[in-house]
Amino acid sequence: MKYMCLIYTDPNVTPTMGDKMNQAYFDLNRRMKEAGVMVAGDALHPTSTATSVRLRDGKVETMDGPFAETREHLGGYYIIDCSDLDQALHWAAQIPGAAYGTVEVRPLVVFG
Amino acid sequence: MIDATLARVMQEDRGRCLAALVARTGDFQRAEDALQEAAASALVHWGRAGLPVNPVAWLLRAALRKAIDGYRRDATLSRHRDAIAVLALEEAADPDPQTIPDDRLRLIFTCCHPALEEKSRIALTLRSLCGLSTAQVAAVFLDAEPTMGQRLSRAKAKIAATRIPFAIPGPEDLADRLNSVLTTVYLIYTAGYAQGPQTGIDLCTEAIFLARLLVQLAPDQPEVEGALALLLLTQARAAARTGPDGQTLPPNRQDRSLWNRVALDEGLALLDRAIARRAPGPFQLKAAIAALHTADKAPDWPQIAALYARLHDLEPTPVIALNHAVALAESGQLAQALAQVQALGPRLDGYQPFHATRADFLARSGDHAAARPEYLRAIALAGSDADRTFLQARLSALK
Repeated sequence: MKYMCLIYTDPNVTPTMGDKMNQAYFDLNRRMKEAGVMVAGDALHPTSTATSVRLRDGKVETMDGPFAETREHLGGYYIIDCSDLDQALHWAAQIPGAAYGTVEVRPLVVFG
Repeated sequence: MIDATLARVMQEDRGRCLAALVARTGDFQRAEDALQEAAASALVHWGRAGLPVNPVAWLLRAALRKAIDGYRRDATLSRHRDAIAVLALEEAADPDPQTIPDDRLRLIFTCCHPALEEKSRIALTLRSLCGLSTAQVAAVFLDAEPTMGQRLSRAKAKIAATRIPFAIPGPEDLADRLNSVLTTVYLIYTAGYAQGPQTGIDLCTEAIFLARLLVQLAPDQPEVEGALALLLLTQARAAARTGPDGQTLPPNRQDRSLWNRVALDEGLALLDRAIARRAPGPFQLKAAIAALHTADKAPDWPQIAALYARLHDLEPTPVIALNHAVALAESGQLAQALAQVQALGPRLDGYQPFHATRADFLARSGDHAAARPEYLRAIALAGSDADRTFLQARLSALK
């Protein structure tokens, strides 16, 4: 089953993405690939770069900024393929962002 | 006769059957539905053909067939071909509950998974392993039955959607997950202890049943033995905790002749066995504290204080710090105890035992003026008449 790990962090308390932090993510990516669980994973630019779009009455409305103004921002994600929730939580706990933010783990819906 | 037998089987063997069905269907809701349908058809068949030789085996086999039917009815049949094949084999093998493995340990690990809300863990455990009806579980929480039904459904849906495993955790997770299970059992016990048998369901007995089941299914685990010891050592003294006029009695005024010696001895023996395994944990520490309360003549307070200090290292909660302070005060270190309690104010404000303890310490330090409002606060927060009567008497004794 595939799980999405959404990495939420508060930019005010998050250490800057220095070499050490990058290395921690690179190491995790390597371990996930070796274990065969890695499907995808990316870091996102900060919410200051976000643009929100919605369609109302057939008209596209474009707005500067993220969908919701919250203290914790979505900073990145992983999609991992695991046998069960325990295994998914085991990997999620190793995401460096879990040490100072929160990682939300949700299963992907399988259609058909 | 038929009704009574079915009711008894569904109460006593529900957990065992449900665990076997979840193990085979891999789906909590399907297993529960299948068992319910099997019970309904038992009423019809047993009424017509008489009681089967082995009612539990009959129910299990019928439930497996119902589960297969359930999969066949499902619109997405193609996805369930493997499940049906497995169940058909199981059903053909004529399962006998006496010989199939007891899967209840796996079931309780699923019910008490930390990904579920604490209240849902308690509710699922009572429903699935203790055989309580949804209405009874609702009564425990003073919830309406439909509300509890929804909570149980949501929990089962989460188990299925997120694939919470139906398995005994691996060695690296075992200690944490076992703690989650034991905490759930302990919370069931404390809920029963606090509310008494007013709901018609004795939760203390249910909790002790669960702890015994865990000792049997997960043998040689010192924390499991410690948890059962803790419950037995607490339960053994339950009859002595209130006086003839219904007020709560402090341990030093309890009539020890009312203690249940059999439960006490069993608890002490279990604790000895657990400690001999040399892997201490919070439940063993709590059981050891309960054991010291039963020491000859009077509790060994300095030793109790030392154990609370160790427990606080493992579980640094304000309630444990409060209990540590009580033990310090009883050991003659009142000034230090009062200072420790005063420091807990911001975190325990509104917690009745905190105000009762602070009132007691202030009164014993001679500061009756400060003790008075604390007693009033504690009385306002008291959850039972027994506690209120006790605190009222202490308040009246102030100068």
